[in-house]
Amino acid sequence: MAGGRTVIELDNVAYSYGGGELLSGISFAMQPGSFHFLTGPSGSGKTTFLKLCYGALVPTSGQVRLFDRDVRTMSRDDVAMARRRIGVVHQDVQFLDHLPVADNVALPLTVSGRSHIDELANLRELLGWVGLKARADALPPELSGGERQRAALARAVIMSPDVILADEPTGNVDWEMSQRLLKLLVELNRMGKTVMIASHDLGLIRAAKTQVQARVLRIANRQLHLAGADL
Amino acid sequence: MRRALSEIAALLVGDPQADRLVPPTGFTARLTLITSGIMAFLAVFALALSLAAGRLAERWGEELSRSATLRISAPAEQMDEQTEAALRVLETTAGVARARALSEDEQRALLEPWFGPDIPVETLPIPQLIEIIEDEPGYDADGLRLRLQAEVPGAVLDDHTRWRRPLVEAASKLRVLGWLSIGLIFTAMAAMITLAANAALAANAQVIAVLRLVGARDSYIAKAFVRRFTLRALSGAALGMVAGLVAVWFLPAAQEAGGFLSGLGYAGAGWLWPLIIPPLAAVVAFAATRIAARKTLKGLR
Repeated sequence: MAGGRTVIELDNVAYSYGGGELLSGISFAMQPGSFHFLTGPSGSGKTTFLKLCYGALVPTSGQVRLFDRDVRTMSRDDVAMARRRIGVVHQDVQFLDHLPVADNVALPLTVSGRSHIDELANLRELLGWVGLKARADALPPELSGGERQRAALARAVIMSPDVILADEPTGNVDWEMSQRLLKLLVELNRMGKTVMIASHDLGLIRAAKTQVQARVLRIANRQLHLAGADL
Repeated sequence: MRRALSEIAALLVGDPQADRLVPPTGFTARLTLITSGIMAFLAVFALALSLAAGRLAERWGEELSRSATLRISAPAEQMDEQTEAALRVLETTAGVARARALSEDEQRALLEPWFGPDIPVETLPIPQLIEIIEDEPGYDADGLRLRLQAEVPGAVLDDHTRWRRPLVEAASKLRVLGWLSIGLIFTAMAAMITLAANAALAANAQVIAVLRLVGARDSYIAKAFVRRFTLRALSGAALGMVAGLVAVWFLPAAQEAGGFLSGLGYAGAGWLWPLIIPPLAAVVAFAATRIAARKTLKGLR
């Protein structure tokens, strides 16, 4: 699957955990501006795959390249810098519970040393875009599941990253909200961002395919496969 | 050096945004503050002990090295004659500033601690003592002994070396003990702050994970913890130092009769010495937290 200039590339990657092999022989290249869905049953290794894609895990064998650099040879600072170019929406969304939503969304700006004042307009616009303008001063524990997902998405995109990796971003939300989140991700893709969504929600994938040209990948039996046209 | 200075400057100035990322933790904050306070309080006393012992060693050494005693043992009818002969020898000895025979009252006072008051020294066969005060650079003790041997056969020169040395050594050891105590106090402080920092880092594992996820560098995350613990240690130690100084201030003043313990404290510019304790505590906290944070962060991807 590799070829051309890629943002994230996995070459014959295997990952073992606790003595068992979770992923094996995975080769995959994510082209800039592409849109991917990653499916598979629960426990098949979707989250592990995504973690390999942003350097949170190091493969047991094979090579993972982030922006043309082998993860193994990257220093911890290099990994941190690469993560500023990758927005991640986690399945179990994590926030700093003592900070308001606005500060949590602005966290990538804070850690990269960018001034809040300069980015204030962007932050407000982004919160409005995900429908959280009125909840900007709320603390994360006060948010509903859907609001947390939207806040996580806003945090993932505030640095205008090259890649957005979302792990079950619609897992805790109703259909209407999941469509809204999907629309946001499709819009980001249209803006040139590379998007990968791990989801087992086939309805969401079908809905997405009517809006964007998306490739659907499936993890089964530790291997990565291109899903059939039925999706 | 420049890097270290810029790190210290960054630590003092701080980054309000970064400071907010670590939630205010309860027990680790109090533990650091209280530990630093107690340790600084103890360090004030250890420092006072060390400085007082140093002063004592110096004073004993100086006072005893400048004086000597000549003891004349002779039959009662020869005592005055030998005393005068000894005084004559001493008058002509280079390095002797002055010499005088102790009066009966002074000799009685010396014996009083052992025999009680009103001892009839005039009827007892006790030797006559002559006090010798040296000038700089002192006299030649061996030469003086030879002259006395020839001219005053009953005279024995005691330059106090035998009992001066152990006293000075004891005081010097006390001073070393004081500095050792300070070293142990700061080591214990480092251990306690490391424990508190580790507890805070463990309690904030999620915060660290989120910060790593959004692209925070290790140095940025470590700095947020290091600054917090350093400032807590600094303020705790400052409070402890003030409390320690107040306690030392109220100790009994040095008195002749009080001996060594009543002299425990600071003198003159010595009162400025404890000011070094809070910055030192901050440096210890800085190093301890930095090492703990780096170690914890290395375990995370």
